[in-house]
This record gives sequence, structure tokens and C-alpha cells, in this order.
Amino acid sequence: MPDNSAIVHDAQESASAANNANGANSAHLEHPSYLRHHFNSTEQQADTSNFAMWLFLLTEVMFFGGLFTAYLIYRNWYYPAFVAGSHQLNVIWGTLNTVVLIASSFTMAMGVWCAETRRRKGLVLSLTLTFILGLCFLGIKTIEYREKFEKHHVPGAHYSLQSFVDPTSDPDIFKEYHDKPLPLDMARHTEIYFSLYFAMTGMHALHMIIGIGILGFMIYRARAGAYTSGHVTFVENFGLYWHFVDIVWIYLFALLYLISRHQ
Amino acid sequence: MSEQTKHAEHEHHIVGPMVYVAILLALLVGTALTVWASFLELGPWNPIIALAIATAKATLVVLFFMHVKYSTKLTKLTVVAGIFTFLILVSMTLADYISRAWGSW
Amino acid sequence: MNNNNNTIVDLPDQATARIPQPNFISKENGLMSWLLTGDHKRIAILYLISITFFFFIGGALAGLIRLELLTPQADLMATDTYNKVFTMHGIIMIFLFLVPSVPATLGNFLIPMMIGAKDLALPKVNLLSWYLYMAGGILALYAMMTGGVDTGWTFTTPLSTHYVNTNVITTGFAIFVAGFSSIFTGLNFIVTIHKMRAPGMTWFRLPLFVWAHYAASILMVLGTPVLAIAIVLVMLERAFGIGVFDPAKGGDPLLFQHLFWFYSHPAVYIMILPGMGVISEVISTFSRKRVFGYTAVAFSSVAIAVFGFFVWAHHMFIMGISNYAVLVFSLLTMLVAVPSAIKIFNWAFTLYKGSITFETPMLYAFGFMGLFTIGGMTGVFLGASGTDIHLTETYFIVAHFHFVMVGGMLMAFLAGIHFWWPKITGRMYPEKISQLAAVVTFIGFNLTFFPQFILGVLGMPRRYASYPPEFQVLNVFSTAGATILGVGYLLPVLYLIWSLKYGAIAGNNPWQATGLEWQTQSPPLTENFTVMPVMDHEAYDYEWLESQKTKEVASAG
Repeated sequence: MPDNSAIVHDAQESASAANNANGANSAHLEHPSYLRHHFNSTEQQADTSNFAMWLFLLTEVMFFGGLFTAYLIYRNWYYPAFVAGSHQLNVIWGTLNTVVLIASSFTMAMGVWCAETRRRKGLVLSLTLTFILGLCFLGIKTIEYREKFEKHHVPGAHYSLQSFVDPTSDPDIFKEYHDKPLPLDMARHTEIYFSLYFAMTGMHALHMIIGIGILGFMIYRARAGAYTSGHVTFVENFGLYWHFVDIVWIYLFALLYLISRHQ
Repeated sequence: MSEQTKHAEHEHHIVGPMVYVAILLALLVGTALTVWASFLELGPWNPIIALAIATAKATLVVLFFMHVKYSTKLTKLTVVAGIFTFLILVSMTLADYISRAWGSW
Repeated sequence: MNNNNNTIVDLPDQATARIPQPNFISKENGLMSWLLTGDHKRIAILYLISITFFFFIGGALAGLIRLELLTPQADLMATDTYNKVFTMHGIIMIFLFLVPSVPATLGNFLIPMMIGAKDLALPKVNLLSWYLYMAGGILALYAMMTGGVDTGWTFTTPLSTHYVNTNVITTGFAIFVAGFSSIFTGLNFIVTIHKMRAPGMTWFRLPLFVWAHYAASILMVLGTPVLAIAIVLVMLERAFGIGVFDPAKGGDPLLFQHLFWFYSHPAVYIMILPGMGVISEVISTFSRKRVFGYTAVAFSSVAIAVFGFFVWAHHMFIMGISNYAVLVFSLLTMLVAVPSAIKIFNWAFTLYKGSITFETPMLYAFGFMGLFTIGGMTGVFLGASGTDIHLTETYFIVAHFHFVMVGGMLMAFLAGIHFWWPKITGRMYPEKISQLAAVVTFIGFNLTFFPQFILGVLGMPRRYASYPPEFQVLNVFSTAGATILGVGYLLPVLYLIWSLKYGAIAGNNPWQATGLEWQTQSPPLTENFTVMPVMDHEAYDYEWLESQKTKEVASAG
């Protein structure tokens, strides 16, 4: 039978060693301050947090996936309504937003490179540009949402079918696409298009807002050199998140804006 | 602990700015292409082309901006698993909707 | 000291044994040291207390259901109230008890120890998981107390979006929050199992408990977000009338069901797989034999997880999906039963020619094997679309899922709690009363739920407060059984709490089990191991265990 007193003795020794973790106890190995104690090495820690971020992105894929599923079903069922709804979106704003986000992904990737190569000023610049581009995106989105609100295309109590049963009442759009009037029941289905538009772009915008918030925090820390002394995982993992949000928009743009713009 | 240090390759491979610039340009070209294509009358091919271009762009972002090309097998497997599960959700749900129109046998 | 051949329990000499100090419980004192802990073992205990709390609320609701069903009329409560009672019973039992039960308590506690790590990969995320669980749980209770929900736990549209006046949005949001708790737990487990294994701990030396949790975690990570978006859409539909589930605007109520069941079918595997992991450990230990067909059991866990994603529409056979979808999903459902059956066969072959003893965990394990098999086989009747048309929405379904979830999962949970109680607390539970409780539970369970199979075949529908009078006798049996079952579940709470002060000191390895967790002190140190263990033997290696004893190793871990 193992001697319990020996176990207790060993445990006390190790406990005191653990308690002196940050102190001058010579038995304690040298390691960077950011290495958490349940990890054996910084490589293990970085690898682990990277994998964890990828798994989190998987959950995001499935979360947005439900919305994409709904979208694909209803677009299949109500194609004319979706075309008419899509014509109400301004393709110039949409393309501009796409370019803004792609550029922000570029600046974010450059930020990761700066962190990896310990370029503090470059990192701060990259993150700041990403931040600004993110705000641009949201600004353009606000303009678009506002327009939808003014034209009563927000689903709910004030939704208006006017633009779809009588396209001539909407001269700017009519001049571009010369849509035919939709029958009443198909016109009603445009509300589903806009529901999905707001749900999907709204969920996307929410992720952008969270990302921009974290970027603000990162810029503040980057200026202090937190990410350019070997510990790049936060920047890298945030980069993964930001690129994911970009990819969602790439698909949203193609599906919501570009259904059919030919005359 | 040696098992974990072997998998640090993605950190040691630092992707340089030239790669990023190239991908940026490719993505911008892709954007222009997809907008232009949406103004063409291509019938059922419109959505297919739009999704194909979007997928190509997404692939570039995943492989290069997100470093998956230089990552471990585990990371690549994780990405594939996510895409696979998403495709199961979409395809099997859509299969129900599409086959409803076929009637009762 | 091995007293006789009828038990494998080997306790230290009680006259001189003491609870080892320090340990993870005594290391730090004070409420904040528990509420702000990163220690996976403390978080496991926080979860254990909270899920027990929610279990008894769900159980009280079950008691109300059975009381109402003593008589054919809806005379104990209004039918609307009855609807709320069974809805809340389902929501609490599924989301606040079964889903976190084994993973968040035993999984959290044991996985790092079983793989030779000091903690989970993401301790802060682990603590966040518990807070999200508590937030979701408290919000659900608030929703219950301020009017409740009466849609059934399945929130079927358009009832939930357009026709009821109850707290659908609040409850939906509560489940949304609790869902993230589950996602983060699963994420933590996957990362930990991939990245934190000790040297020598290859995948095929892992205890099957770990494999089972790995498979369940994949389901948590990939499935739960779809439930989240389904709930968001219901909330938007209810609040703003967006139209996605509204036929008047062109929406399809069935879309909700697709999204809901895409999660909720894998959810049943999230619930059962960790329990199966417990059963593997218990059956091996109490047969003194390695699990038969380790590789088959490991792969079948993953197979259940993968196939589990392909069968969700078998919950929707009568709802209006296309006949072709019915055919495909029915065929796939037949496939998913196979890996579960493989596990039962493997456990049975583990028992064969094993040296079997009947301590409490093993009693629960035997109960599991019998009751889960019955529940699983009745699932086949339901997977066959032809019979499902007659049996669905009747008490046959209620009996089926209670057999697998209560006869299966809850028994596995109790087996696990008893099996690892000495490791967690350092004390043994009292064997005789616990064996009695196990037997009482088994008898009560069968009396409660077996009549419900008959009721279902006879045509009694579920979710109704009243029923035709010819069904009364079987309902009375069922309620009588429920009373016995309640006693069976109350006893463990009482004697386990008693054992915290008066139980025998357990020592490191009272069961003489294999597994790294048994090679350390009970309760374990905060950091689990003083020296990183090196795994040099296969899982369930009882010869290695013998050689350890003869080596007289004195240090912990």
C-alpha cells in the first residue's frame, strides 16, 4: 500500500515550487511571462490557441450556414421576388464595400506579417488601417440601411409592397432595370428577401462591430509593443476571425447583390 | 512535449507581403469580374458563375491570408470538416425542398 | 485490504488514513476562489451542484405531469398550464441537465487527468462556459416563473411564432446562451485532446471515455450553432414578423424544423456518447478486463457523431417533407443504429469471462445496457417511416426517449458519479444504500416507462393533459413508478452529501482501476500531477497495474 505520508510530502514540495512560480526559485524554468502554466512550451500554447480559434470559426460557419440555407431555399422558391428585391440594393455601394473589406483583409494580413517580423510601427499602421476600413464598411452599410428604412423596405409592420407592385413608383430603380410589376403574392415574398438581407448583413455587421472593438483594443496594446516581442498569437488569431468575416461578406455580396442585374 | 514542437511549422513559415499583394490584386480582379458577370444574361449560369467566383475568392483568402496553405494537416482537416458539415446542412435540407415538387412517387 | 471475493474495493487502513493535503479543494478558500477559478476540477464541481439543482426542478415538473395523468380528465391544472409544465420539463431536462451532465462534470474533471495534462487547454473559457450555463439557466427559470412557455421543448413553428402568448423569446434566448456554454465546452475538449496529451499518450492509448467525449464535442461544436440561428430566427419572427416561418408571407414553418432538428438530433448523441464513455470505463473496471474491441468502440463513437448529422429529418416524417426525403432519412437512420449496437456487443464481450463484481457503478452499468438496448431497439421502429406514422406523437415516443435518456444516460451519469466519487472527494459512498438506490431506480424506471410503450401503441397521444378513460390503468402504473423513481433519485443526493463527512477514506485507487487519474491522490492536487506522466502502456492494461503494485511506487503521479 503506498505510503500516504510520502504523497503528502511530495505534494507539499511541488505546491511550494508552484507557488514560487514567478520568483527566484532556481528550480523554476525560465519562460516568457505570457506562457500559461498548464502548457509545456510557447509552441504548444500558440498551436493550441490557433486550433481553438479555427474551431470557433467552424461554429461561425454553421451559425451563418443556417441563414444561407434559408436564403437558398427561398431564392429557389421566389426567384422573381428576390430579383426585384436585389434591384433595390445599390450595386455601387455593395461593390465598394466588398473592395473595402478585401483591402481590410490585406491590411490585416500585413499586420500579422509586421507582428511576426517585429515591426511595431508597421503593425500599428496596419491595424489602424484595418480599423478605419472597417468603419468605412459600417458607414456605407448605415447609408444603405437608412435608404431601406426610408423606402419602407424594412420587414415588419411598416413594410411596403409599393415598389414591387408598381415599379414605376420608384423611378431611380425603374430607370435602371425596367422591372415588370409583380403579382401581389409574389410581391409579398419580397419581405422574406429583405428579412434575410437584414438578418444576414445585420449578423455580419454585428461581427464587424465586435471585430472593430477588438481592433481598437489591439491598437492600444500594439503601440505598447505587446505583439512585437515574440507573442503574436493574439494578432494571428484575430486575423483569422477578420478574414472569416470577409469571406462571409464575399458570399453575401454575390448572393444578395448580384442575383441578376441584366436588363 | 516533443510531439507539440514538431507542429510549429506554420509559425516558422512567415508569409511575405508580396504574396499578400498578389492575393489582394486577385481578389479585386475577382470582384470586378463577378460584378461584370452579373450584368450579362446567362440564364441558369448566372448564379453558378457568381458562386464559383465567390468560392475562388474565399479559397484564396483561406489559403493565403489565413495561412492554411502553410498550416498543419489538422488545420486543413478542420477547415474541410467545417465546409463538409455546412454542405450537409444545405444539401440535405434543399433536397427535401426540391423533391417536394416531385409529388408522391 | 481486499476483504472478500465479492468486491474489488481496496481501501487504505481507515485507522491511519487521512485525506491528503493539499488537494484542489483545500488549496484555496473563499467563495471568490471558486467563482473565479481556472481549475477544471473546481469548475466541474460548480457544474455538478448547478445541474443537480436544475435536475430536481425538472424532476418536480415531471412529478406534476405524472400527477395530472393519474386521471383521464385535465383536473389538476388547466390544459394551458399542463402545456407549460411539460415544456419546461423538457427544456430543463435536456438543455440544463442532460446536455451538460457528464461532459461538464465528469468530462471537465477527468479529461485532463486521463490524458496526463495539468488542465484543459482554455481554463478561462471553461469558467466562461459555466457562467453562460448559469445565465441561461437562471433566465429559463425567470421565464418559467413569469408565465412559462407552452410550445413543447421543440418550439415548433408557427405555433411558437404566431399563436402563443407565452415567454417564447425569453426562453429561446436562455437556450441560446446555454448553447454557447455547450459550444465552448466542446471546443475546449477537442483542443485539449488534440494538443495536451502527455508523452506516450497516443490516440489509441486514450481511455474510451476520452474518445466518447471527443465525438460528443464534435457534435457540440458543429451542431449547436444551427440551433442558435434557428432560435434567433424564431425570436425575429415573433418580434418583427419577418416572414421566414410565416405561410402568409411565403415562409415555410418546416424550415424551422429542419434547422432545429439538425442540432437536436445530434444533441441526443451529445447526451448519450459521454454516458457510453462512462460505461466503457465502469464495465472494464468491474470485469477486470480490457474493453473488448477497443478500436471498434473508439471508431464507433466517431461514427455515431458523423452519421448523427445525416438523419435529423426522421423527426419530421409526418410534418410535410417530401416522400423522397422520408425514404432517404429513414434508410440513413437504420445506419446510425449500427455503431451503437457495436458498442453494446463490445461491452457484452468485455463482460464475457470477466471477473465480475456488482458494486453500485456496475449495477447502474447493467441497468444501462438493458434499458438502452430496449430504448435503442424501439428507435428502430421509429426510424422505419411506415411504423413511425402510427407511433409518432404518441406515448411510444415518450417511452423511447425516456428509455434511452433516463434508463440509458441518467443511469450512466449515476454510474460515473459513483465510480469517480472517491477520486473527486477522497471519500467512498456507502455501498449498501447506494446499491439499494440503484435497484429502486431500476424498478421505478421500468414501472414508469414500460407502460408508456403500450399506451403509445394503443394510441394515447403525447402532450395532452386529458386522455380516453381506457388508458387510465396504465397511467396509474406509470405514476406509481414515477414515485418510486423519485425516491431512487433522492437517495443518492442524501447519502453522497453524508459521505462527504462520514464516508470511508478512499485512497488513490479504491477500485484498482487503470487510467492515469487513479494513479494520483484523491482528491487530486490542483495541478493534477507533480511530474508529467509518461504513458508507456496500453489503455485498460491490468497487467501493468499489477506490476505497479508490486513495485511499491510511493509518489503521486
